[in-house]
Amino acid sequence: MAGRGQRSRASLRGYRGQVASSTGLHRVGAAWNQLPERTRSLIPFFALLTIAVTYPLYVDSLPTNVPVILTFPDMHSAVTILVFTMMAVGLNVVVGYCGLLDLGYVAFYALGAYTAGWLASGQFQQVKFHFGSVGITHDARGIHISIWLVLLSAAIVTALGGIFIGLPTLRLRGDYLAIVTLGFGEIVPQFVRNADNLHGFDLTHGTFGINPIDSPGFGNRLHNAVGLPVSYQQEFDADRLFFWTVLALLLVTIFCCIRLRDSRLGRAWIAIREDETAAGAMGIPLMRTKTWAYAIGAFFGGAAGAYIASFNSVANPSQFNFNISIFLLCMVVLGGMGSIWGVVVAAVILSWLNVEGLANIGSWLNSNTPLNFEVAKYQFGIYGVILVLMMLFRPVGLIPERRRKRELEEGTRGPLDEPIYEMRGADEPGAGERGAGGNIPRG
Amino acid sequence: MSEHQVSGSGNLLDAEAVRKEFGGLLAVNDLDFTIPERAIVSLIGPNGAGKTTFFNTLTGLYKTTSGRILFAGEDVTDKPPHAIVKAGVGRTFQNIRLFPQMTALENVLVGMHSRLKGGILGSIVGTPRVRREEREAREKARELIRFAGLGSVDDELAESLAYGDQRRLEVARALATEPKLLLLDEPTAGMNPQETVTFMEFVSTLREQRPLAILLIEHDMKVVMGISERVTVLDYGEKIAEGTPQEVQKDERVIEAYLGRAATA
Repeated sequence: MAGRGQRSRASLRGYRGQVASSTGLHRVGAAWNQLPERTRSLIPFFALLTIAVTYPLYVDSLPTNVPVILTFPDMHSAVTILVFTMMAVGLNVVVGYCGLLDLGYVAFYALGAYTAGWLASGQFQQVKFHFGSVGITHDARGIHISIWLVLLSAAIVTALGGIFIGLPTLRLRGDYLAIVTLGFGEIVPQFVRNADNLHGFDLTHGTFGINPIDSPGFGNRLHNAVGLPVSYQQEFDADRLFFWTVLALLLVTIFCCIRLRDSRLGRAWIAIREDETAAGAMGIPLMRTKTWAYAIGAFFGGAAGAYIASFNSVANPSQFNFNISIFLLCMVVLGGMGSIWGVVVAAVILSWLNVEGLANIGSWLNSNTPLNFEVAKYQFGIYGVILVLMMLFRPVGLIPERRRKRELEEGTRGPLDEPIYEMRGADEPGAGERGAGGNIPRG
Repeated sequence: MSEHQVSGSGNLLDAEAVRKEFGGLLAVNDLDFTIPERAIVSLIGPNGAGKTTFFNTLTGLYKTTSGRILFAGEDVTDKPPHAIVKAGVGRTFQNIRLFPQMTALENVLVGMHSRLKGGILGSIVGTPRVRREEREAREKARELIRFAGLGSVDDELAESLAYGDQRRLEVARALATEPKLLLLDEPTAGMNPQETVTFMEFVSTLREQRPLAILLIEHDMKVVMGISERVTVLDYGEKIAEGTPQEVQKDERVIEAYLGRAATA
């Protein structure tokens, strides 16, 4: 069967090749292919980076009556979008690299946000501890630590939380792990909702949540020396500062994840994803390696959670729905499990849809077509349809992981395609062949 | 390399009364088994005789019901698989278990995991030490792939290799763990007679060029006769004969339990 698929694909490739060679595009493509691979991968990156970094400068001059999407995201939305992207990249380590289906990633988001709440707000009125904090009065009670340190502490606390959750659960495989993480994703928000009276001690301030949470900033000394903002919240273009900062955080996250993927640890994760038993028999300590995946995924989730808590100046239980775990998982699946750039693109698109895209598209539809319904109400239905379509037509994701792309291009399948986890259903030979049909073959 | 810490008996591996039950099924029945340093020994028996089960208890995939396994003087009974690999036991699988979506080179690099040190921070920062280690590991992995008789397949996905090459890659990956004992589980299963001969020649070279002992599992007796120094025959989880290939071939019980059955088939 594999042989037949290969042949028909080869003839398809030949046909496409003929069509392409008759157009000028082909010549551009050929010139592009001659560039060194490193340049080829860096050019789109720097182009996108420039667009992103300068976004705050031209966002106000962008047209506000674009067909279908109406407006481009404003600064406030853009920050939220990037924070979710950062979380998706973190989740990608757990799900995409290591193949561990985590349905409770929101727990890490919550833990990060609350750590920021504990370490940088007036939540604990009993004490007064200031360390590098900005934008608050000298006699403010509570723990106020510099947000930069809080981000790091939240990431570390959350990573420890990941280890704590991971140690008992990572012995499980596949579906069982998914169910247990689902449970943790539910327990954490429930806990913070009810932890306003732990034997009289108010840890989380219940449904009201913790607020206000301190803002990032560089303090008076750095302000006077090099002109850095004292405190973001007090600046009039605060959202821009938040945007650039989260962009930097996202870049750091991406950088770390790429480096880890190509390291000894990353290979071990992918080996576990591919065949856990064989990975163990090749000397990879399974528990430790999987726990590291969890801890590192949690690390970035926690940092992102702390950042958005500082941005919104609040952490409350209603932010941490089960939906968010699924939403983040959608980003990873849609982008291509294990593919960082795919996940980034999918995360930006999906969180934009979530933040304002769907609402905009809905109002455009309502005013320009006879339809009349609130698109945003059906958001999860719409995500579901997107996912189903993806699985049908492009099961490896928007930008497939390098190795999976190669698999599609070569169209070869050995005797080794037995799926390990349900999550890898996208790998089924039938689906893969159809995906190849929708893909533009090289050369 | 050949200076191993040797157990009292002078053997590399000493399995004493190893027993493995699955519920009511007795798969391995109080088996005593030894492997001398740098020997090639074989474990044969009809299908379902408990060979692979014994293998899996040796490599930590199964927990023993009772018994003791000493490797290079160290008690490795019921240790997790990665610890046993670290102690120096490498293996292949009966049904090939490469990492299908990793390249040949990456497969071998995974085998080196327990011999490399690169940590998380070092990898993120890209310290010179980690870079050097990584470079050397790649170099060594390429050598191993050549050694296993594979051409320029470094960047091919494992799943796209030909069947025989996948078998060889599995051996290369097992060698990457730097084993003192290499366990090959029916390495010629699915090969034609010609491929089988070539592969067994490769196994002989392997033993000549590397300081290791080899344990072969086979159900086809002919395959191991030429190469083995000692053959142990299992049937229903029990050792029914042990000795040189010639001795074993003459053994009545073996003929009855094994060759007899094969002859009628």
